[in-house]
Amino acid sequence: MNDKTPFLDIRHARKSYGSLEVIKDISLTVDRGEIVAIIGPSGSGKSTFLRAINDLDPLTGGEVWLEGTQVNKKLPHRQYEKHINQVRQDIGMVFQHFNLFPHLSVRGNITLAPKMLKGLSDADANKLAEEQLDRVGMLDRIDFMPSQLSGGQKQRVAIARALAMKPKVMLFDEATSALDPELVEEVNQVMKKLASEHMTMIIVTHEMGFAESVCDRVLFMDQGVVVEEGPPSVIFRNPESERTRNFLRKHLEGVRS
Amino acid sequence: MDTDLMLKVYPFFLKAAWVTIELSLLTTILGLACGALGAAARLSRLAFFRFLGTAYVSLFRGTPALIQLFLLYFGGPQIGIQLDAFQAGVIGLGINIGAYMTETIRGAIIAVDKGQTEAARTLGMSRFQTMARVILPQAARLMIRPLGVNINALIKGTALVAAISVVELTYTAQRYIGSTYKPFEMFMLSGALYMVIIYVAGRAIAWADRKARIA
Repeated sequence: MNDKTPFLDIRHARKSYGSLEVIKDISLTVDRGEIVAIIGPSGSGKSTFLRAINDLDPLTGGEVWLEGTQVNKKLPHRQYEKHINQVRQDIGMVFQHFNLFPHLSVRGNITLAPKMLKGLSDADANKLAEEQLDRVGMLDRIDFMPSQLSGGQKQRVAIARALAMKPKVMLFDEATSALDPELVEEVNQVMKKLASEHMTMIIVTHEMGFAESVCDRVLFMDQGVVVEEGPPSVIFRNPESERTRNFLRKHLEGVRS
Repeated sequence: MDTDLMLKVYPFFLKAAWVTIELSLLTTILGLACGALGAAARLSRLAFFRFLGTAYVSLFRGTPALIQLFLLYFGGPQIGIQLDAFQAGVIGLGINIGAYMTETIRGAIIAVDKGQTEAARTLGMSRFQTMARVILPQAARLMIRPLGVNINALIKGTALVAAISVVELTYTAQRYIGSTYKPFEMFMLSGALYMVIIYVAGRAIAWADRKARIA
């Protein structure tokens, strides 16, 4: 990999279900440490696009490259599985509904994958769990079960679980959308902290205020295309496109009412 | 009701009840094994295995268990399968209940939230690791009660093997009716013992279910 190889490079991404095109030729390059927000109305394809980055929702066309490795390589099944399981360790993902493993404690949630995939000893895995939980302010809940936690706490544990794999990039798929309003801030705080540590992040969100304060770049998506992209100051204060303006106006009205 | 007669013959019925219990236990084990294999086939990535699983389920749920038993026990020797009545009973009933258990186990597995698979796969876990460490532990809890329903049906279903002359509870009742001409008493005895067996099995399943919930 030379200096010109982009950190994360998505080239001509396309996805369709039959004749329905949900992603229409999107290209995106993200630098190491950059924080990108993707906003847009529901059904715009932003979650699908995010989930294509780790091949959870495979693209029907185009390529995803992370540090010079093609994520969505076409390989025979067995080789593909081996390849994708390796690559996914580098791509952390946080879901709207947390998806913690309910049969495992907070500790178990975090140590499961590192123990299994990286061969960490119990002691090392425990230390790792403690470090990551401390990072999200959940160390005191290490022996709780997920069912004993609030939504915001669950999401912080889910973030710690993803971080424990030491990913190169973190994907957030509407990480705060399922939370009660009073619990959103604690998750936002954790994400801000990661931003200050220069974690590369791609954040699909409905929270314009958060996107504006944290992100380096904002993409506005609608109907499977990137309508407009730029620094948050431009996208939120002075958008070029009529569609962007409409979306932001409607969204703000929605927030106020 | 001739209670004296019932008191006189009940030890023989107790012995027969043991045969029913043995049949039930062995059938449950074989059924669970068939069910696990069947569910794995039904959920396979490969169409061939999915077809095998589906064919198994529709074949054995789509025909009477009695016909399956007759086919195995009476028809078996014609194609070189020699089994005694007890063996034929266990194998026939086990494969039969396995078809129902296939659907129970598969149902529990697909009832686990898709987000669980996504979270595990996103961390880099393989399909197999995800199934073993994330999905199955959760599905196991979900399948205990419905498997209990299958086992309940199976215990009562063991009465069918009377038709191939396995000396279990139902066949024993028929035998004593032949010599005493007291069908009411004899079937009452059998029925009562079936009830005890099913009650105990039901309690065991409820206990396992509670245990799984706490863990």
